[in-house]
Amino acid sequence: MTNPVFDRIQKEIDNNDVSLFMKGTADMPLCGFSAMVVQVLSQLGVPFSTVNVLEDDDIRQGIKDFTNWPTIPQLYVKGEFIGGCDIVREMYETGELQDFFEEKGLLRAA
Amino acid sequence: MKDRIEAVLREAFAPSLLEVINDSARHHGHAGDDGSGESHFTVKIVSEAFVGQSRLQRQRAVFSALVDEMNSIHALSIDAAASQDRN
Repeated sequence: MTNPVFDRIQKEIDNNDVSLFMKGTADMPLCGFSAMVVQVLSQLGVPFSTVNVLEDDDIRQGIKDFTNWPTIPQLYVKGEFIGGCDIVREMYETGELQDFFEEKGLLRAA
Repeated sequence: MKDRIEAVLREAFAPSLLEVINDSARHHGHAGDDGSGESHFTVKIVSEAFVGQSRLQRQRAVFSALVDEMNSIHALSIDAAASQDRN
């Protein structure tokens, strides 16, 4: 029961504290929703790794099945699925996201 | 499509507030614009069905109610709350 695409996704999530599956790259996002999440993470100063789903159709579909979530971007922190653009934005606006990253030790307390 | 999304969500959540907005025009010519004029939507929904649920659970619930519709649209932005005072 091994799915090679799921294995690759799992490895990416295991190897990076903050992993963003997105369209485009952090330097050049190709979708407004992906761009928003990149902007929030950059603003917070959280180091993150990205996977460009547009470069790999297997991952593009695979990440939707893996998370059981139909849209991209998708943010994982320490193996846990946080959400997509709406949830990241909401958590950022309420300050929860900063607290969350601090708790995880990924952000220096201001 | 807008009507279909509304009908599905009414049926699934009996919302006290429901607003479905077609944002497609704002995304005209961007990635994901399929020219149908029905590619991007925003849903604002308030329902008692969401009481005690996390944001993730609420969004999952909305996505799973709209599983068929998600196949034909590109993006769905969701603002789901349990009550209008947003607790």
